[in-house]
Amino acid sequence: MPEKTFEPWNDPTEKPLIEFKGVSKRFGSFTAIDNQTFDIYAKEFFALLGPSGCGKTTMMRMLAGFEAPTEGHILLGGQDMAPIPPNKRQVNMMFQSYALFPHLSVWENIAFGLKRDGKDKATIAARVDAMLKLTRLEKFSQRKPHQISGGQRQRVALARSLAKAPKLLLLDEPLGALDAKLRQETQFELMDIQEKTGTTFVIVTHDQEEAMTVASRVAVMDDGRIVQVDTPDRIYENPNSTYVADFIGDVTILEGRVTPVDGGFDLAFAEDQPAIYAKSSQHLASGQTAYLAIRPEKVSVTPEKPADRRNVIRGKILDIAYLGNLSTYHVALPGGQIIKAQTANTRRLANRPFTWEDEVWLSWTDTAAVLLER
Amino acid sequence: MIRLSWFNVTSLTLGFAFLYLPMLLLIVYSFNESKLVTVWAGFSTKWYGELLTNDAYLDAAWVTIQVAVISSTIATVLGTMAALVLIRAGRFLGRTLFSGMIYAPLVMPEVITGLSLLLLFIGIGLDRGVFTIILAHTTFSMCYVSVVVSARLMSFDKSLEEAALDLGCSPLQAFRLVTLPIIAPSVISGWLLAFTLSLDDLVIASFTAGPSATTLPIKVWSSIRLGVSPEINALSTILIGIVAVGVIVASLISKHTMLRQLADENAAKRG
Repeated sequence: MPEKTFEPWNDPTEKPLIEFKGVSKRFGSFTAIDNQTFDIYAKEFFALLGPSGCGKTTMMRMLAGFEAPTEGHILLGGQDMAPIPPNKRQVNMMFQSYALFPHLSVWENIAFGLKRDGKDKATIAARVDAMLKLTRLEKFSQRKPHQISGGQRQRVALARSLAKAPKLLLLDEPLGALDAKLRQETQFELMDIQEKTGTTFVIVTHDQEEAMTVASRVAVMDDGRIVQVDTPDRIYENPNSTYVADFIGDVTILEGRVTPVDGGFDLAFAEDQPAIYAKSSQHLASGQTAYLAIRPEKVSVTPEKPADRRNVIRGKILDIAYLGNLSTYHVALPGGQIIKAQTANTRRLANRPFTWEDEVWLSWTDTAAVLLER
Repeated sequence: MIRLSWFNVTSLTLGFAFLYLPMLLLIVYSFNESKLVTVWAGFSTKWYGELLTNDAYLDAAWVTIQVAVISSTIATVLGTMAALVLIRAGRFLGRTLFSGMIYAPLVMPEVITGLSLLLLFIGIGLDRGVFTIILAHTTFSMCYVSVVVSARLMSFDKSLEEAALDLGCSPLQAFRLVTLPIIAPSVISGWLLAFTLSLDDLVIASFTAGPSATTLPIKVWSSIRLGVSPEINALSTILIGIVAVGVIVASLISKHTMLRQLADENAAKRG
């Protein structure tokens, strides 16, 4: 079998598993979701990413059946979900608080959904044992939820929601309660389990790093709207707005007026500075206001003026954030703007070439920055 | 140990004396040989023996227990349902009125509750007896139950119920399999509260009791009017004993569960 990249969203013959069609949700006069249309495909790991209050949890609760859309339709496998109550949907959810039943043991928690389906004892036992094995919880099957650690609880919640082999698994901030190190491990575990079971996962998170790590596609949300849906690399490298550029990772945004020049634009962002050039296939009118987004790691810091680059700016180091593997420099231009630059610390700290108040040259290539209309 | 100053010792003694001296006196005199309550004539348990042969007291005790068990059970069911509606149903038309009306009996003078119930029972021609006392006690104790249960429901994580629904429970199953087992302790303490309230209620019971049924508090009260007899002292001592044992057992059980929970959590930490 030839290795094929997983991109069902680029395949017009592929039928989506979930279709949102003009979905709005209002609570009284407050609009939580504003007329959204998008698709999620089978076996995807789809992330809904946004700050708190952007409507991502409402989106998920509509999928689970705890909220009904005010307008529009949600289709699962081509079937309208509106008349189906939560207990009849082939969708399971892993709750942010885990919502483990405190009066039941780990084993009984995982078996809970299977028992409701009226499966026979042997089938239930086999399935629960398989889930315990998948989540490495065999040793704890007889413990109560309060007798195990946070990480173990998270795995019980996952096992319980996977036990019924749902078509779609919803994860509401699944790793929020774990500490940083455990969170990272668990992210890889989640990806592993998603691949093994072939279940479609939809994860809600406010942690952009988490979304980028686990997801096949990320939907960045703001104020009830999806601003951009794309693969993690395209979201990072080709954001469609300053909102997305700013939300994902670190970025410097310069505002100015553009003039078209050889396959790109010159952006005049300050009176006392030369214009900055960026290659772009965007259609921008001459003299229009635009934004240039540049990632810190794409900006080089040098003591001498580099001769081979078109975008060169002189500034003074204002701040240095030392992160161990990386250092981030905040460089102030004479006009007051601050540009962030990041370098990998490939050498020991003692050999660091720059310090505070040093005059340095910043430079980047023609294709490093992205020009944005809004 | 903290060394107690003379001030602390005095206030402690006075406080305890204020609370328990009357009861202590009552217990001591229940073992009095003499029929006169205020004259000590030597130790005897004869009043306890006489109590056991006094049918009027035994009947009253039986009525009291019947009333307390039945009324507190009905009150627990109704009170829990009321609490669920108040906490879960969200905002519905008349919610404020409903919650106000549930809590009103808490502050309503007992005389008024008793009188209005009496008028009602006469109005609909209901013969007063065990049944009417049960009705009356259910009425006023269900609001205590709903206060206790709704306090618990307020801190109940609603996602537990949603998780049950999500895993295929009908709403009724979700309540039976998840919510009820988790709130059970508060439902039980609501029941105990209703039971105790019914057990020692005098005012409402005397309005709603008829010649066919007398509760123990009414019996004690009416006997007192003919003079305090050592029999009543004996009866009260038994009641104090029952209550004291109940309280001690309940606190020991809750302490035991707490210690076990703590041990479990420590075991979990060790992995």
